[in-house]
Amino acid sequence: MFPITTLLISVGAISGLVAFLAILMVIADATIGNYGEVKITINEQKELIVQGGRPLLSTLMSEGIFIPSACGGRGSCGLCKVRGIRGFGQYLPTELPWISPEERGQNIRLSCQIKVKNDLQISIPEELFNVREYRVQVSRLRDLTHDIKEVTLKLADADKMSFKAGQFIQFEVPAYEFTDEPVYRAYSIASAPVNNGEVELEIRLVPNGICTTYVHRHLKEGDQVVINGPYGDFFLRDTDRDIVFIAGGSGMAPIKSILLDMAERGVARKVTYFFGAKARADLFLMAEMKALEGKLVNFSFVPSLSVPEEDDNWEGETGMITDTVAKHLSSGDNVEAYLCGSPGMIDACVKVLTAGGVPEELIYYDKFA
Amino acid sequence: MNSAFFPLAVFFAAVFINNILLANYLGMCSFLSVSRELKTSVGLGAAVTFVMATTSLLNWLVYHYILLPLGLDYLRFIVFIVVIAAFVQLVEMIIERVSETLYAALGIFLPLITVNCAILGVCLFMVIREYDLLSSFTFGLGSGIGWFLAILAMAGIRLKLARARVPRGLEGAGITLIITGMMALAFMGFTGMIRL
Repeated sequence: MFPITTLLISVGAISGLVAFLAILMVIADATIGNYGEVKITINEQKELIVQGGRPLLSTLMSEGIFIPSACGGRGSCGLCKVRGIRGFGQYLPTELPWISPEERGQNIRLSCQIKVKNDLQISIPEELFNVREYRVQVSRLRDLTHDIKEVTLKLADADKMSFKAGQFIQFEVPAYEFTDEPVYRAYSIASAPVNNGEVELEIRLVPNGICTTYVHRHLKEGDQVVINGPYGDFFLRDTDRDIVFIAGGSGMAPIKSILLDMAERGVARKVTYFFGAKARADLFLMAEMKALEGKLVNFSFVPSLSVPEEDDNWEGETGMITDTVAKHLSSGDNVEAYLCGSPGMIDACVKVLTAGGVPEELIYYDKFA
Repeated sequence: MNSAFFPLAVFFAAVFINNILLANYLGMCSFLSVSRELKTSVGLGAAVTFVMATTSLLNWLVYHYILLPLGLDYLRFIVFIVVIAAFVQLVEMIIERVSETLYAALGIFLPLITVNCAILGVCLFMVIREYDLLSSFTFGLGSGIGWFLAILAMAGIRLKLARARVPRGLEGAGITLIITGMMALAFMGFTGMIRL
């Protein structure tokens, strides 16, 4: 046999075999894998008619309903939980690592692992209807301290994001030297809800942090980025109790948003804001806080430095933030507290607050690990 | 070699003596990562057994009726892989459609084993050792059951291991590999029972 015929035969045979299998797969996809149109009912009010056969998470996403997810549907973050009401089968082994026994009792499911095969009825937090993706432009970058940047993002002209003061958004980091695929990181919104055409973030540089390195080293004014949100239940409760805010570092962001919102709405509750930092170089937005003290009748801002430098000439509070809080908190009976900062700081502050009489269920916090 | 008992002998040899995992060290990656829990091990073991038994049949037919007549047996690596991948995909779709219970127990593992080297290994061994159709099938089935046995034993050991104090540097894959080595030594005790 001539070599050329051998070549032709092998190429032909392989192509034929692969084509046969490919056609088989296409036919299978159109018959076995075709689940037709199915109906997804959300919170008993919204009905979607969708093409079945894809995971629930991406099906909902293409219908404009964003369930928070950090891994993009690979079942490795365990965030995209929804409550299954009807049409769901048994739990899959890929869901179980993320579902606690209590969640199992409520039939909480991991939406990226569920394939839409029949009519489904699900329940999601009402606020997620409001969540969507926004293409935004970086309109301003400003250094607040040596390691915290203020990032102002401008929404497209036709867009408005309605959010509650204290909520957060997810920032999409495109693939760059530190990551091979887009990743999402959550940041609290620092601007007031009344400015709904703009979102302001405060981002502290974390050594080797994927998103923070991107923001600090690569992001430029005028860049286009993608965010989605708003998420979260860290917002001011409508009561008449006294308010204690405690924050450290970039934990300033949601508190600032809440304070601006209170000033806007003329809330006259008694507010004390404890802000912890190392030295004067780590304090920022001091003028804005001073201005807020003028606008909010019952507001006092108490910054506290843990290790002030010699030449800081600091006359305010010194010591750990917990000591400062304990010193100022006379009676916690009529207090509700809002905390934002590192897990260590929050745990320590929760202890101090509960010891001071603040009911534990009235201490709200956003932990940033 | 041509006795009526040969397929049976191949079956037992594949389960115990030439255990695909413990004698050939094939299919290690899923073995190491999935043996953490008994329940998932059973699911994966069953899936591997099923796929080995069926693909060895399928690939035997492809090899003897397509590749050999055309003189293309040197292409068997790529052809076997493509056949395995397509078949596994198809089976997963069918299972997902037909039975949800079966899908949760077995189907979810199928994509994991498409690229399992033990599956390809079985198909290549059956060609090298020139098994007939029936022996190839029993060889595939036996290898699958042997793999199942090995991962089940490992999952059982790892259950006990959870309460043992393992040196820090050896936690996870390290200690699992050492234990696999010891199990392989134990299985060597079967050597010579059947000559293949």
